[in-house]
Parts: sequence; structure tokens; C-alpha cells
Amino acid sequence: MVKLFNTRRYKLKNPELRRFLKDKISVAALLILVLMYLGILFAGFFAVYDKDYSNRKLSYAPPSNVYFIDKEGKFTKPYTYNWKREFNKDTLSIEYRQDRSHKYYLKFFKKGFEYKFLGFIKCKRHFISVEDGGELYLLGLDINGRDNFSRLLYGGQISLTIGFLALFISFPIGLLYGGISGYLGGKIDNIMMRFAEAIMSVPSFYLLIILAAILPSGMTSSQRFALITIILAFIGWAGFARVVRGMVLSIKTQDYVKAALVSGCSRTRIILKHILPQTSSYVIIAVALSVPSYILAESGLSFLGLGIQQPDASWGNMLKEAQEFANIIYRPWLLTPGFLIFVAVLSYNLIGDTIRDVLDPKSKIKA
Amino acid sequence: MLAVFILKRIMQSLPIIIIVSIISFFLIRLSPVDPLAELKLNPSISKETLEHEKARLGLDKPVYVQYLYWAKNFIKGDMGTTVTGEKVSDKIKERAANTVLLSLSVLFWTWIIGIPIGVMAALNYRSVFDRLLTVFSSVGMAIPSFFFAILLLIFAQKTGWFPIGGLTGSGFYSMSLFEKILDVMHHLFLPTLVLTTISLAGLSRQMRANLLDVLDSDYVKFARAKGLSENRVIIKHALRNAVNPLVTMLGFEFAGLLSGAALTEYVFQYPGLGRLILEAVLKSDINLVMASLMIGSFMLILGNILADILLKLTDPRVRVG
Repeated sequence: MVKLFNTRRYKLKNPELRRFLKDKISVAALLILVLMYLGILFAGFFAVYDKDYSNRKLSYAPPSNVYFIDKEGKFTKPYTYNWKREFNKDTLSIEYRQDRSHKYYLKFFKKGFEYKFLGFIKCKRHFISVEDGGELYLLGLDINGRDNFSRLLYGGQISLTIGFLALFISFPIGLLYGGISGYLGGKIDNIMMRFAEAIMSVPSFYLLIILAAILPSGMTSSQRFALITIILAFIGWAGFARVVRGMVLSIKTQDYVKAALVSGCSRTRIILKHILPQTSSYVIIAVALSVPSYILAESGLSFLGLGIQQPDASWGNMLKEAQEFANIIYRPWLLTPGFLIFVAVLSYNLIGDTIRDVLDPKSKIKA
Repeated sequence: MLAVFILKRIMQSLPIIIIVSIISFFLIRLSPVDPLAELKLNPSISKETLEHEKARLGLDKPVYVQYLYWAKNFIKGDMGTTVTGEKVSDKIKERAANTVLLSLSVLFWTWIIGIPIGVMAALNYRSVFDRLLTVFSSVGMAIPSFFFAILLLIFAQKTGWFPIGGLTGSGFYSMSLFEKILDVMHHLFLPTLVLTTISLAGLSRQMRANLLDVLDSDYVKFARAKGLSENRVIIKHALRNAVNPLVTMLGFEFAGLLSGAALTEYVFQYPGLGRLILEAVLKSDINLVMASLMIGSFMLILGNILADILLKLTDPRVRVG
């Protein structure tokens, strides 16, 4: 008998990765995040409408119903009806009814508006759309008649990446600041730490609001995006720097650091090559655990109208519409960005917890 | 000894306060807004007030002199007027008190609920209850405070069980003291619920981890070996030591509360410091922004000092370092 397949399970060499993959919940969370990031990476492909689309006649129209079973009770290709706007004379309000006169079938991989696939390949195919003349609003419309589903994808591009970008700024700063402060010690350390503590002593959200508010108003959306990122980073580095400093204080007394010093290494080299790499497992844990707080900070800021501005979408500023009572009660689809923030943050938290458990040797006890 | 400790701790915070004031002063001066623009536009503001403001801010002098002016006045308690012509200090006093009230109420409930939950989870390590706690605390930490607040608003609107907005109901001034307290508690309920849910997760997890750590330590093993009853070991030896790190966290928690409360206050229209600073920012009311930023930082530093003092009382090993 020839063994066609190797039935022995493939074993990962890296024990940390193996422990991570054994945790079913965090693998599920990882899958959800991968799906979300795929969604925003291919936002143009999955979106039904483009960024500037708005159907002013159908503001606040509810999600289109998609039918798989026709009136005779038979399975058919999925189809939908358009919305018809009607004025109800009894309640004096605008109502939307389905226009049952014409069925519109859903189309997959049909040509639509042009977008850049992966950011540089021009492309027109879309995952899902509807026959010409039909309208497909999977998650309803907002006040300006913009498609909620498509905007969730575009908004995710900002909400899910801004935190990461901010981390890439604040962590190197915090690492270097803490490293220098801890290594040099003495007066410099004292002054540097007082400054970091001062930043930490300002309630961070107050500082965030103020920094966002002093941004000049006439900026392009990409400038604004960049500045908001920098502001988020500015808030986050101090606490991190303090922990790194504490670690450096204990690392620098170790013999190998003294050996490096004796062998004539420069201070910069000792800090960068010998000391900071020792903090790496803490850094990985801290990064994993702080992504969600950046996502929350951006969405909070945009929710208040100080972050990403209309017409650009971010989950925070889309949720701004939920500030009106009528919206949250009669138009629950406008709450979807809130659920997405929740799911993203939850997934990050779960993954962060597991990473900490795996990398931290004391993790058998820690929560 | 305690007095020396407190004094030392306060002296340590002084430079921090000075740095905070410098940072916030120059940050706001960076903004291109004329600090008197709004005041000039308001017809109800008299010429004298304007002149007084100009002199108080020292606007015709270089920036660092302006800072000294501002600092001097701030220490004297003169924080200037808001765009609507009210005294900043009065407004802030009222709002800061409300925020402290909300924060204390949240801290109270988090500790009352969080510590027993954490203890139970630690004592039933790896049980169903323990797992449930992990799940719930993850969920609790992940809910954006403003989103949760919105959901609760829907609930309040639909059931009519809770008042929406403000801290006091109509006819507050004609109520008896008891009714007044009830009314305020009624208004505090929803904001407290939002913030408690979010900070509860962190606290109960921390408590669980601490207690697990302590239960693993040698002195607990020794106490058990001595033949003490399990209850006595836990209450007398383990719990006291497990709570200490939480006292240190109290200061941080307070910091988080001030920040987290801003959004919650905004959604619930709660008259607190966070909402005040937001309104001030939107109206570009420079005096108010500066003052509330400073007061917010003061409160934070004070919270940290109080936490340290509390820690000193519960844990005699602590020294100022």
C-alpha cells in the first residue's frame, strides 16, 4: 500500500503560534478581523455604489428586501423591488413602499462604476449589484440618500487603519523616549519623566478634543486624516514610554550591557541594539492591547464631529446620525457602524488577551 | 508621618501641574483664534469687560508674559469670562462638581460589584462562572461608551422609566431634601450604568488576577499549613493583599473616568466638565477651554494623590520614591 496522503497532522514549529491557534475564540476573532480587513481592502469591489453616490429622492429609505422565493413559492434567482416614496396624508409623513410592478434581479460580477482594485488596477466589476434601473440598498440609506452598506466599507478604510497608523508613530516615540530616559538616568530622566507624566495628567479625551478643535478648517480630507493620526499618536505615547523606562532601568544593570559598554559600544548602539530589543514581548502585548483604544478614540472624536469630516465616511461620523432620536427608533440600520466598531474592538481585545497569555510567562494565572 | 507623606506627594505634583499649564497654554495659543473674537461679537458684553479681559490676558505683550499673567490670575481664582458673559470660575465649579459626583458614583458601583465578582471568579478558577466572566468582561470593554449610551437612550425613551438629559428634574427646587436626592439618583442612573459597565470589566479582571497571584504565594500556603480555615485564609490573608494593587489603579481609573465620561455626558446631556469643554471648544471659548483643561488635570492629579494616600493607609510598606 502506498500512502497517498500524509495523514500525520502538520505541526507548527513555533510554540507561541501553536498556543495561539489552539485558542478557538481568538482564532474566530482573527477570522472576523481578516474578513473585515478584506472587506475594506476590496471596498470598491464589494461596494454597490461609489463614494459620491447619493439619491436625494430616497433619504432614509429602509434596506431593500431581497427575495429568493417568488409569489408561487418557488425558488428563483434573488430579486428585489425599488422603493417608492409616498406621502401619507393621515400621518403627514413620508413613507416608502415597494414598487411591485417590476422585479429587478441581482447580478454578480456585473460591470458598474469604475474603481481602483487594490488601489491601482482600474476595474469595473462588482461583487453584487442589480439589473439596470433597479436599486439595491443592502443596509438602507442615510439622510442624504447615500448607501449605508457601501459607506460602511469606505468608512472602515479609515476607522480600521487610523489606529494602526497612530500606533506606528506613537510606539517608536515612546520606545525611544523611555529608552533614553531610563538609560541616561539622573536629572535628564527626572525632567523627561515629569514631562511624560504631565501629558498623562491631562485627561486624554479633553486633550484630544482640544487638539482636534484647533486644527484649521480649510484642510483636504487626507491632510485632516494625517493630522488626526498624529494627534492620536501624541496622546498615546507617554504611558507607554513610562513602562519602557521602568524596564530599561532594570535591564541596564545586567552584565551584558556592561560588557557592551566596556567593549566600546556607543550609547545609541547600546540603547537601540542591546536594551530596547529586550522589551519586545512587552511591546507586542502593548500594541495588541492598544489598537482598540485608538479605534475607539477615532470613532469618539468623529462622533462628536471633530474627527473625520463629511462627506468622507468613518464609522464614528456615520454614527453621528444616531444622535437623533427619530433615527435610532425608526431607522435602526443607521446604528450598524456602532455594531461594527463593537465587533472590531471585541475581536482585537480577544486577540490581545490571547497574545498576552501566550507571550507572558506568568499568563497561567493572569486573566 | 502621614502628613509628611502627603506634603511630599503634593510637592511632587507641583512641577507636573506647571508643565501641564504650559503645554495647554501654548497649545491653545497655537490655534489661530483671536481669544476675544467671540466676546467682541457679543453685544451684551460691555466695553469695560472687554478692556478688563484684554488687560488680564496681556494681549499686547509677548507670549511668555501672557502666560505669566494668565498663571497669576489663575492662582488668584480669576479665570475670566465665558463668551456668554458668565464667570468661568462659577461655571466650572458647578460642572466639575457634577463630574465628580458622576465619577464617584461610578467608582462606588464598580467596586461594590466588581470586587465580589472578581473574588468569586478567582475562587472558582476555570469554572463556568469564571469563563462567563471573561466573556462578559470582554464584551463590556469593547462597547463604545457613546454607542452604549445611545442604546440606553432608546430604552429610556421607549419605556419612559428614566429621565433623559440633565441632572435634575422639573420642579427640583420645590422638592424636599429626600426627593431631591432621589431625583438626582434617578438622573444619574443611566450615565452611571454606561460607565460602570465599561470600567467593571477591567476591575473585576484585575481583582481576579491579583487574588489568583496571592493565593499562589508562600504566605497563603503557610497560613493554610498552619491549619487556618479556608475562609479565614482568604479573608484575613489573601484578600487584603489582593486589594492593594487595585488602590493604585484607583488613580488611573479616575483618569479613565474623566475621559470616558466626556462622551457619555455628551450623549446624555449631563451637565459635567466633559460636556462643558466640548461646548467650549465648539464655541471656541478660549477662557473656558483653558480653565476646564486645567481643572480636569487638577482633578486627575488630586485623584492620584488621594489614591496614593489611601494605599499608604492600607499598605504600610509603601514609601514615596
